[in-house]
Amino acid sequence: MVKEVQIVKTGIKIPLAKPKIGVAGKTGFWRITKPVIDYDKCVKCFLCEIYCPVNVIRVEPDQGPVIDYDYCKGCGVCVDVCPTSALKLVQEE
Amino acid sequence: MTTSNPQSPKPRPPLPYNMREVVLPGDAACPGCPIPMAWKVLSAVFGEKMILVIPACCSSVVVGAYPGNSLKASVVHVAFASAAAVASGIAEALRKRGITDVQVIAWAGDGGTADIGMASLSGAAERNHDIIYIMYDNEAYMNTGIQRSSSTPYGAWTTTTPIIGKTEHKKDVAKIMIAHGVPYVATASVAYPHDLYAKLQRAKKIRGFKFIHIHAPCPVGWRFDPKYTVRIGKLAVETGLWILYEYYDGKIHLSGPSRPYIDPKKRKPIIEYLKLQGRFKKITEDKIKEIEKYVEQHWEWIKRHM
Ligand SMILES: Cc1ncc(C[n+]2csc(CCOP(=O)(O)OP(=O)(O)O)c2C)c(N)n1
Ligand code: SF4
Ligand code: SF4
Ligand code: SF4
Ligand SMILES: [Mg+2]
Repeated sequence: MVKEVQIVKTGIKIPLAKPKIGVAGKTGFWRITKPVIDYDKCVKCFLCEIYCPVNVIRVEPDQGPVIDYDYCKGCGVCVDVCPTSALKLVQEE
Repeated sequence: MTTSNPQSPKPRPPLPYNMREVVLPGDAACPGCPIPMAWKVLSAVFGEKMILVIPACCSSVVVGAYPGNSLKASVVHVAFASAAAVASGIAEALRKRGITDVQVIAWAGDGGTADIGMASLSGAAERNHDIIYIMYDNEAYMNTGIQRSSSTPYGAWTTTTPIIGKTEHKKDVAKIMIAHGVPYVATASVAYPHDLYAKLQRAKKIRGFKFIHIHAPCPVGWRFDPKYTVRIGKLAVETGLWILYEYYDGKIHLSGPSRPYIDPKKRKPIIEYLKLQGRFKKITEDKIKEIEKYVEQHWEWIKRHM
């Protein structure tokens, strides 16, 4: 990743964006449905983590999946790909 | 007796562990968007060492506005028709400077590839620049409000084909790229990340122009529940509608997930794919027959070139 841009001689500054978590804010606020986990059913297959478009699931070898609800958009992709129905979508409060 | 250290961790599969760092949460994509799903796979292969050249499209919005960027990799935003030309320039500049560990990737939508970027794409392919060009195909101009593109499939509703759906078939860009004689062409799908991973790994090792066409179901434009992005991507393959393959050494190599469907009897009925999507709500029996015919012809072409 490029850390800075050197503009030789011109003096022109190029607007250079930096990597940032939450470029669109706390996207968890968008959620109208929320995925919840039944740890007993989880077989730690990683599919939910692999497919989550927001990259907010971490399947930890001992714990199972952990979801960062600050950013989870509630799309339900993880729920649909889970082979054991360990995840389900509930209405967000 | 074993000499291995009981403390040493098991070898970790590349997915998902290598997908964790680069695609940052909280981007501007709609829920269920296929774009960051594919980026996660890209990141598993190239890490931070990639430069995405992105023309105007949903992806330009997804990464967020200055001063933020949802990717821990370099992104160059460029004018619509120019992705392949800019990517070629960057690749040549890196080569001149002796930088060999950074992958230049042109990342463009179907509109930016099949329609507006076609000329610069064709030029870059003909000059065989050392880049990977990825067309993520959500089958319409989504960012501007779901207008038809030449990659929109037959029968699909869009805001510019509102009454009877599109009356022309999808333009087959992968075939056009094969005709350019470039060293590597592949089709892929966001629903098959391991397959995409393997294809990117192969592309990474090949010098010259590589083209990958990724099928990318879009909940907003295709009118389906966002939880079905992966399901619909899989159904496209299981119905035989979207065929996963690679082209190198002068022939087609059918990819694992598509292999069973060379046999028409193994394919699911096309309606299974269509019925989950609002864009095909008004499709008629006749049109489904026409789609079936088109699919059969495509398979025949694939078989002839295997
Ligand atoms: C030269 C030019 N013409 C038109 C536009 C408006 N425009 C921006 S994004 C877009 C749609 C892009 O469609 P596609 O490439 O399929 O990407 P998607 O938005 O579907 O991801 C259009 C028409 C533009 N930015 N520049
Ligand atoms: S609902 Fe969507 S965003 Fe939330 S964890 Fe599941 S896949 Fe990720
Ligand atoms: S997809 Fe389901 S079973 Fe697999 S790791 Fe996630 S919650 Fe567990
Ligand atoms: S319109 Fe479709 S492709 Fe574009 S950001 Fe939304 S879900 Fe993604
Ligand atoms: Mg598009």
